[in-house]
Amino acid sequence: MGQITLNKVRKAFGEAEVIPGIDLQINHGEFVVFVGPSGCGKSTLLRLIAGLEDISSGQIVIDGKEASNAPPGERGLAMVFQSYALYPHMSVRKNIAFPLKMAGMPPAEQDRRVEDAARILNLSNYLDRRPGQLSGGQRQRVAIGRAIVREPAAFLFDEPLSNLDAALRVTMRHEITELHQKLKTTMIYVTHDQVEAMTMADKIVVLHAGRIEQVGSPLELYNAPANIFVAGFIGSPRMNFITGPEAAKHGAHTIGIRPEHLEIAAEGGWQGRVHLAEHLGSDTFLKVDSPELGELTVRVSGERGLNPGDTLRLTPRPDRIYRFSEDGRSMT
Amino acid sequence: MARKTSPTQRAVVTVAAWSIGFLIFLPILWTVILSFKSETDAIRTPLQVLSAPWTTASYAEVQARSNYGAHFMNSVIISVGSTVLALIVAIPAAWAMAFQPGRRTKDLLMWMLSTKMMPAVGVLIPIYLMFRDFGLLDTRIGLTVVMTLINLPIVVWMLYTYFREIPSEILEAARMDGASLGKEILYVLTPMAVPGIASTLLLNVILAWNEAFWTLQLTTSKAAPLTAFIASYSSPEGLFYAKLSAASTMAIAPILILGWFSQKQLVRGLTFGAVK
Repeated sequence: MGQITLNKVRKAFGEAEVIPGIDLQINHGEFVVFVGPSGCGKSTLLRLIAGLEDISSGQIVIDGKEASNAPPGERGLAMVFQSYALYPHMSVRKNIAFPLKMAGMPPAEQDRRVEDAARILNLSNYLDRRPGQLSGGQRQRVAIGRAIVREPAAFLFDEPLSNLDAALRVTMRHEITELHQKLKTTMIYVTHDQVEAMTMADKIVVLHAGRIEQVGSPLELYNAPANIFVAGFIGSPRMNFITGPEAAKHGAHTIGIRPEHLEIAAEGGWQGRVHLAEHLGSDTFLKVDSPELGELTVRVSGERGLNPGDTLRLTPRPDRIYRFSEDGRSMT
Repeated sequence: MARKTSPTQRAVVTVAAWSIGFLIFLPILWTVILSFKSETDAIRTPLQVLSAPWTTASYAEVQARSNYGAHFMNSVIISVGSTVLALIVAIPAAWAMAFQPGRRTKDLLMWMLSTKMMPAVGVLIPIYLMFRDFGLLDTRIGLTVVMTLINLPIVVWMLYTYFREIPSEILEAARMDGASLGKEILYVLTPMAVPGIASTLLLNVILAWNEAFWTLQLTTSKAAPLTAFIASYSSPEGLFYAKLSAASTMAIAPILILGWFSQKQLVRGLTFGAVK
């Protein structure tokens, strides 16, 4: 099992209220990603669930049991830290076996579980090495191994890939997703990287200033953001926001158009001049100055031979215009 | 690193470094030399001392007059005992200050350190009276306790700085893995802090071994360590340089040898955290 319920969970450090009160339901087997800009409280929320921080008020229920004040080791959760947090003086084998040893498991059973975990994570040849003798990706796998041997109710990941280089990050992302498919255990994953959030999650929780802005599947958040914050945070490059008369034409305070929903037109639409072109091969990102609307980001597929100084005309796909009211809420 | 130095500069610096090193070492060297001279030669001018014949007579006499072995054992028991006691108290204390600091932790640390700035003689009378009333005068237990208390601030400070270098995420990982507080300190914190703990231990043994004020005030014979053994040769009967030197050499030799073999550990410990 691995069902986690947060009821009005609040956290304050002295005077500073970091999380004003969160209600959230995480179902068994779900891959939930907490995403948000730095300082939004996503790591604090994870640490509250883990028990590494005490909640100021509210209730945390894990698998039907009140766990608000249970020590971290008794919540049945395993955590993978950003810095891996391996025990540097122990071999890989001892690192992975540590939680089992703490649980008082017989050594033979410990060995069996460590070998199993090592096989799943391709670590069998490294069991007698120290963490210092491993590469970043291998260390991350040891940290995951230490988490899976316990057969926890849920895994907690605290930005586990941010210390890896770009290529390895993609590989590990796939490995964690596959691990989730294999184990079918609840996973809660904290990241500031919305690509990780979009690609891995069953359910994304967007946090901002300690509050939940929206909960939904990746495509729900992409297609139907609840407010300007979510609209701007999900999607890369960022959504263009336009206020003033152009927005008023659509009966909104602000309208938002994603860069991939702007099309280059022969005539009509908005005129603009390219001032930056990023050629990725598969796509081209253009920064376009429009006299009426300010700067717009445009994503066009392939190469269009556009360079700084060129002028063009842009039209938004009419079914893809997001409308927001003055307080930032979605009007659709 | 690639700062340019001329050979002359390097030569000057090398000579200066060796000279300072020699100056610091000179008193010890001179003590050793005097210990191998006769009592009459020992009080002559330095040149005459050096040319005088060598003898081990002072050592023989010191051995005959006092029980070196008993003093040595007292020194070992008091310095090692007080260090172990101090570590038992200081490891949890430093853990709490490094990983669960409160608003007043810094003040507490400063206050602990400030007790080291007070002249020891200021508390001599109360401590002496307490020792008398509890029957602790001239006992190894009493002296071990006093040594523990005297060096505790330094031990806590040193361990605190080492512990601060240990990433708290690793201790949190241990907590997630189900380690109780005791197991977290035993299996994770202590092994990781071994270099720091070892150098703290060494430094504290050396400090306790060399401590002379309290050992001289609170012991007479039964619990007297090597410091008292040395002092007994700078006696009212007059100065006996050769015998005093022989006694000093015998007293400092063990700690000098310990220091020599552990110097790498000591230097590493004392500069721990200076370079990442």
